[in-house]
Amino acid sequence: MSAVGPLAAVPGPIIARAAADGADEASGPAVGAGPAVVLGRRTAFGPALAAVYTGQLARARVARIPLLFVAAFQSVGILLLLRGVVDTGSETTREQVVAGASVLVVAFVALNLLAQRFGALRAAGALDYYLSLPVPRSAVVLGTAGSYATFAVPGTIVTAVFGALLYDLPLDRLWMLAPVLVLAGASLAGLGAAIGLLAPKPELATVGGQLGMSVVLFLGIIPADRLPVVVRAVRAAVPSTYAVDALADSFHRHVHWWGVVVDLLVCAAVAVVSLAVAAAALRRAGRA
Amino acid sequence: MLSYAVRGLTRRHGAGEHAVLANDGIDLDIGRGEVFGILGPNGAGKTTLVRQLMGLLRPTSGSIHLFGADVVAHPETAGRAAAYLGQDDGALADLPVALAIETTARLRGLTRAAARRAGRDILEELGLVALADRSIGRLSGGQRRLATFATALAGDRPVLVLDEPTTGLDPVARRAVWRALDRRRASAGVTVILVTHNVLEAETVLDRVAVLDEGRVIACDTPGRLKASVSDAVRLDLVWRGDPPTDDPVVAALERRSAVTGRRWTARLPAGEAREALGWLTTGPAFAVLDDFTLATPSLEDVYLALGGRARDLEHA
Repeated sequence: MSAVGPLAAVPGPIIARAAADGADEASGPAVGAGPAVVLGRRTAFGPALAAVYTGQLARARVARIPLLFVAAFQSVGILLLLRGVVDTGSETTREQVVAGASVLVVAFVALNLLAQRFGALRAAGALDYYLSLPVPRSAVVLGTAGSYATFAVPGTIVTAVFGALLYDLPLDRLWMLAPVLVLAGASLAGLGAAIGLLAPKPELATVGGQLGMSVVLFLGIIPADRLPVVVRAVRAAVPSTYAVDALADSFHRHVHWWGVVVDLLVCAAVAVVSLAVAAAALRRAGRA
Repeated sequence: MLSYAVRGLTRRHGAGEHAVLANDGIDLDIGRGEVFGILGPNGAGKTTLVRQLMGLLRPTSGSIHLFGADVVAHPETAGRAAAYLGQDDGALADLPVALAIETTARLRGLTRAAARRAGRDILEELGLVALADRSIGRLSGGQRRLATFATALAGDRPVLVLDEPTTGLDPVARRAVWRALDRRRASAGVTVILVTHNVLEAETVLDRVAVLDEGRVIACDTPGRLKASVSDAVRLDLVWRGDPPTDDPVVAALERRSAVTGRRWTARLPAGEAREALGWLTTGPAFAVLDDFTLATPSLEDVYLALGGRARDLEHA
């Protein structure tokens, strides 16, 4: 009966604390052989920017197309509404309404939607994806901002062409949309990114984006000469004003090109500063 | 050679009386080519730990070195050696699966052509080819997780830090993930650090596991030794077809020490005794009425419960 010896002979608690199997062995890490690992290189700014930008652009195909139309519908609606309200005899008024409605599309997409997007990514912890990659933060911000500015292009063109036809403005000046779109897009997307990344809560990012868009709506579309003096000072402090003015001025019969250039330079300066702030905010978001 | 060397890692969330020690004096050495697991309940500090390993969260104190580089002083170095799979995939949700992998590979420094090739290979390896053009956000939960996991493989990093990579996956997809990890470890000595809730996963794929409870590592060893450290007992389940021959001395002894549920007997025995008893039963006359039997070692869940219980007792002591 030796086979059942232990079982029959040793009654009592069966579960006994026993020495761990191989307790004398080291329990440290298994050390892999092979050549020493050299840390990979950081991905350079250019390729990283291109990858972020093209990746984001693909999102337009999937999700953003309805939003492009919403942005254009809103501005076209405003153009139709104001057609019956404003003094269409004034050339300056007509120019500003069309320019303001066009820039409003940029503000809706690049500022408002981007602020919401970054606010939501930050709140969900989804920025970890970018922050764990070996890429310059500025490439992430610029690539995303650039893609949102690009999302605004179709809506802005539709609005500007429709507005020029509706308000009887020269269509041959619409080439000015190109520099305005680039610089207004960069500055407003930079602001949107900064708002989204700096807002402590996603709701505040949404409010900030909406507020920014409302400022463009009121101070961009309503003709400057109809605004009270105090509000005119505020208008001068808002970056989108310079994009609106540059586009409005280019509809003039006699364009003051230096004025247009100065307006565009202001947009460029705002773009540089706001994108730098957003990139710094992204770095900070990763080390909270 | 070590991948990660972690010393005294402490992370405090919040300030004042609301401060919580999410990680409390953690020491870890993770070897190159190891599949290292971090097991623990919700709120144990697992995600806080891996986010610090990736330089995504600054430790309150302590040090982290990755292949000798100081991650605390230079958090951006982590991304140069390690790929990270976080819990939220919002940044990728609107992208088609193939493009998400390709974009991630490009962001890890591959050229466009190389990234596209890598994407195709990974899609094939994980059985995702049919979903290549579907947007990640529109996939089912399991497919979505698998697609996000695929992005972590892009760019062939020597270290993979994965926060619950198999949550929501069906068994087939889960095995595809484990195979992909094993292949990289075998062919390129890739280190895998894997947060898991899943006991089966921990026991199947991990070389070593750190058990985390309330921010501290309460045990760190191979799954086998951890289980042995709790108990050397194994579980013997017997199912009888008819009346067990209780005149047999071994059967009688087993009955005394079993929890009997109908025709099923469950006994916890030292491994040697269980083997002997099973040998006796399967070669003797009792085998004629024995319908089924299983011999199982304790699971890591038993280990966690035992260790966790002990840790709580210590705190109250």
